[in-house]
Amino acid sequence: MIKLASSFAAFTLAAAPALAQDQFADCRASTVGAAQIGGPFELVDDTGATVTDADVITGPTLVYFGYTFCPDVCPLDAARNALAVDFLAEAGHDGVTPVFITIDPARDTVEIMRDFADVMHEDMIGLTGTDEQVKAAATAYRAFYRAHRSGDEFYLVDHSSFTYLMLPEIGFVEFFRSGASADEVAEATACYLDAL
Amino acid sequence: MIFRPAAAFAAFALLAPLASAHEYTLGDLTIDHPMSFATAATARTGAGYVVITNTGETDDRLLAARADFPRVEVHEIVEVDDVMSMQHLESGLVIPAGETVTLQPGGSHVMLMGLSAPFEVGDEIPITLVFEQAGEIEVMFNVEARAGAEEMDHSEMDHGEMDHSDMNHDNSETEVSQ
Ligand SMILES: [Cu+2]
Repeated sequence: MIKLASSFAAFTLAAAPALAQDQFADCRASTVGAAQIGGPFELVDDTGATVTDADVITGPTLVYFGYTFCPDVCPLDAARNALAVDFLAEAGHDGVTPVFITIDPARDTVEIMRDFADVMHEDMIGLTGTDEQVKAAATAYRAFYRAHRSGDEFYLVDHSSFTYLMLPEIGFVEFFRSGASADEVAEATACYLDAL
Repeated sequence: MIFRPAAAFAAFALLAPLASAHEYTLGDLTIDHPMSFATAATARTGAGYVVITNTGETDDRLLAARADFPRVEVHEIVEVDDVMSMQHLESGLVIPAGETVTLQPGGSHVMLMGLSAPFEVGDEIPITLVFEQAGEIEVMFNVEARAGAEEMDHSEMDHGEMDHSDMNHDNSETEVSQ
């Protein structure tokens, strides 16, 4: 893909404060981490029920923000996360849940999110919500998005493409870029789970 | 319109993806393995991917694509600090003389918008590619399963033998000049 010069510095993830004893020290890809990613959210799940982060993140979770009108990067990353979950299960780490949160709630209805998530992985949870709910969740995860409202139904949305590894009670521990392979995501995630 | 060959062919294609690779020639251009991925039932977009080689001595340009959907555009993925955006290549995608340009996930694609039916494995989607020099040609984009997605889980493929390197998840930069 084409990579352009930096202009969204605000979305660079902050370095985590040094921990006295970091149980995950051997897993961290770099000193880059963040204490302030994640937190409470309220969204709508693929049954139409309102759910909170406590309802969704009940085990190790790979959280991704995207939109289903995107036929390229979003399904690529969602399928990558789904495959990573399968690799983890094969390696004995059952129960890692892939989550896909839309940043395009105007078009991504409950039904569309359910279809998209079901096609990707039987355990994938697709979440939508009101504009306000989605904005709050994206802000908590420092996920960026900006819709190019063109006045028709075919508008495109720019968005950050991180996948966040979240653990119950601990919260955010790692993120993965769009270019990471399913193997890399699975291996890194396994390292954190082994260190628990 | 989407052509949907017999189910037997679809099953065969799934088990032997290479058998579905096909190639077209248009002037100095070789157009290889046009494909798209299966979509969810309610999907409103799809992406077409193809490998285009310019064997000539003059640069060509993929100006546009036409297909039976409300909107069809040639798109490029642009990444700025991990923010992804799809951009319409209004002046087209250059196919440099003597080079191969691969439209692939994370790089560039033919964006098909306003689907009225999902893409299913084995479907063939006719898309006309319009080039500045070579002219235009209608090619069939074969719909394939997306590795990692659920279709694979219901196939007869052996997960243990799946080649993890075949995921298009590398960071290879598409050769694109504007
Ligand atoms: Cu596109």
